[in-house]
Amino acid sequence: MYKRILINRYVVALLFFVISAVVIIVTTINRSRSKHPDKFGIGRAAKPEEIAALDIDVRPDGKGLPAGTGRSAAGKLIYEAKCIACHGNGEKTETPLLGEALFLNEVPGAEGASNGVVASSEKAAFAKASSEVKASGNAKASSKGKASAKKSSGEKGDRSSKTIGTYWPYATTIFDYVRRAMPYNAPGSLSNQEVYDLTAYLLYRNHIISENTIVTEQSLPQIVMPSKKKFVEDDRKGGAELR
Amino acid sequence: MKEEGSEHNLFTARKISRRKWLLGGAATAAVVMVQTSLGKMVQAAVPESIVPPLTDSTSVKEALIVADPTKVPGRTPSVSGMPSPYEKVERLPTLTSSRTPLQDLYGTITPSALHFERHHGGIPDIDPAKYELVIHGMVDKPLVFSLADLKRFPSVTKTCFIECSGNYRSGKEEMSPQEICGLTSQSEWTGVMLSTLFREVGVRDKASWFLAEGGDASVMTRSIPVSKGWDDAMIAYAQNGEAVRPEQGYPARLLLPGWEGNTSVKWLRRIELSDAPFMTREETSKYTESVKGGMIRQFSFVMDARSIITFPSFPTQLERGWVEIRGIAWTGRGKIIRVEVSVDDGRSWVNAELQGPVLDKAHTAFRYLWKWEGKETEIMSRAIDETGYVQPSYQELAAARESKGGYHFNPVVRWRIPRSGKVVLST
Ligand code: HEC
Repeated sequence: MYKRILINRYVVALLFFVISAVVIIVTTINRSRSKHPDKFGIGRAAKPEEIAALDIDVRPDGKGLPAGTGRSAAGKLIYEAKCIACHGNGEKTETPLLGEALFLNEVPGAEGASNGVVASSEKAAFAKASSEVKASGNAKASSKGKASAKKSSGEKGDRSSKTIGTYWPYATTIFDYVRRAMPYNAPGSLSNQEVYDLTAYLLYRNHIISENTIVTEQSLPQIVMPSKKKFVEDDRKGGAELR
Repeated sequence: MKEEGSEHNLFTARKISRRKWLLGGAATAAVVMVQTSLGKMVQAAVPESIVPPLTDSTSVKEALIVADPTKVPGRTPSVSGMPSPYEKVERLPTLTSSRTPLQDLYGTITPSALHFERHHGGIPDIDPAKYELVIHGMVDKPLVFSLADLKRFPSVTKTCFIECSGNYRSGKEEMSPQEICGLTSQSEWTGVMLSTLFREVGVRDKASWFLAEGGDASVMTRSIPVSKGWDDAMIAYAQNGEAVRPEQGYPARLLLPGWEGNTSVKWLRRIELSDAPFMTREETSKYTESVKGGMIRQFSFVMDARSIITFPSFPTQLERGWVEIRGIAWTGRGKIIRVEVSVDDGRSWVNAELQGPVLDKAHTAFRYLWKWEGKETEIMSRAIDETGYVQPSYQELAAARESKGGYHFNPVVRWRIPRSGKVVLST
């Protein structure tokens, strides 16, 4: 009798213990959950026009490019008025430029410049652009640089040889960057028209397109830059191997 | 003559102190504020005893020396402190960057005023009351957060380094750690996890990249894999216990622990979720490096393990006898597990002592006790991180990359100690 009562007491105590443990665990889980809601309801909805005013980025596929046409002849005038003081005119200078050279008259690393040719599928886009504005010429690659094609561009800290033509993998980056950050002393002051014209001019001076090629929102993303094929993604992963 | 002159200085300095002492502490502090600060609270903290000769640095010290601090009441409390006037620890600025004086620091926290700077369009002045961060693109609900909004979210604090990926210079013997690799600094950062904000806006599954954009004149932009955003990315609004410094992105910046500094976009104003990288100028024309086979490596985000002996280093004049070799080691891939030191031109290596706790993606202090007998030698350190990566020698790295420098160059730095004890960089 005595024994049975004792056992029962133990069982009851055990049951009580188990139940309270479960209750504690469940409440703590609930509490920690309520501490970290999925959403806090903080912040206000962004208005579409607000986003549009800030969203100035241009992707390589052309997303973000405004409609427009750029001509290098017009770009030349803008460049000479607003850029040349800091970026020079392609000449080799003794005194360092405030900005760096964006193109060089003598192309040091135009190796593989044939890749600057707009691929055949892209010719259509150019043809279209050209016909739209009755412009002559197709995108044309430079073959001039080939003679001095030995040295790989941008290497060994040789800054002067790193130009749009020898180093930049995407033409859309010119539009994006010049529009957001240049001229250095008056960033964000250029109109889309000016940026288009400057983009055409910089591509022409880098021997990526011909003087008369028109750049549009359709053609710009199609341009294959000479150095694109050199770009590889980071493959370092830590560990013993040195890369 | 010179002696007489300084005596005169001492005399006046003492006289002024005495007069101020007679006026009483509080009154003295007030006088100092009105006379020297033009309303600037920081300058109100100028010590009373050095006020009279502030224009002449020799007399500043003399004034302090003559005043027996046990015989004159010290200055009164102030609204904000300043380093001792004896200390001259400074960054090394150029037009676009400013380097941390690694050789002059102790421990692993960089004082906020000495955190390195690198910006591409100058430091903007941003009114915190007008500050807004917009998150949009591939999200369920584009949102705008004010600074107060950011501070309402659960906060986190993390101590980590930020290092510019273009952080290796060499070429002459007279180069200090500051000049060689002073574009790394460490702070205790506080802010909100980016993942918290990602949940708030409802980042879509298809989003694989995001663009981070700054509100400075360069409107800095970098594309970042979304996975980093879910992992340990933060929006930091505080640094070492106070608001983030203007040079560091006031009022709020992105912080990507362990990744090249440029990706921790300062003065953050916009985040756009996307399914492709944007190929901005900073991830194509800049912050890419030449690697084997004439290729150009892109999106090399993580900073590999690295270390440098900060004492003895140039311009130390070393004395014979016991020397505590000191330095820092760090890695963007987790923790430093070992630092090895060589005091015999790299022939043999011994483990240095690490100062714990060793933190993730953080500057880690190391020490090694050595007795210099006066023989010419070269000393150096190499870091090993938890992935097993061993900091390479210059030759090893140059061979592996087929390059002589550029971004992400983290070779062992060797200090040459000639018999004279005048430490220089081994070139
Ligand atoms: C006051 C001098 C100045 C003027 C004027 C100026 N720039 Fe710049 N430019 C710079 C500086 C400085 C940089 C580098 C900025 C940095 O540190 O990130 C730069 C960078 C660039 C780059 C990127 C170069 C590279 O290789 O990554 C391009 C493209 C560029 N500028 C185009 C232009 C154009 C187009 C104009 C005229 C509308 C212009 N700039 C006017 C100073 C100037």
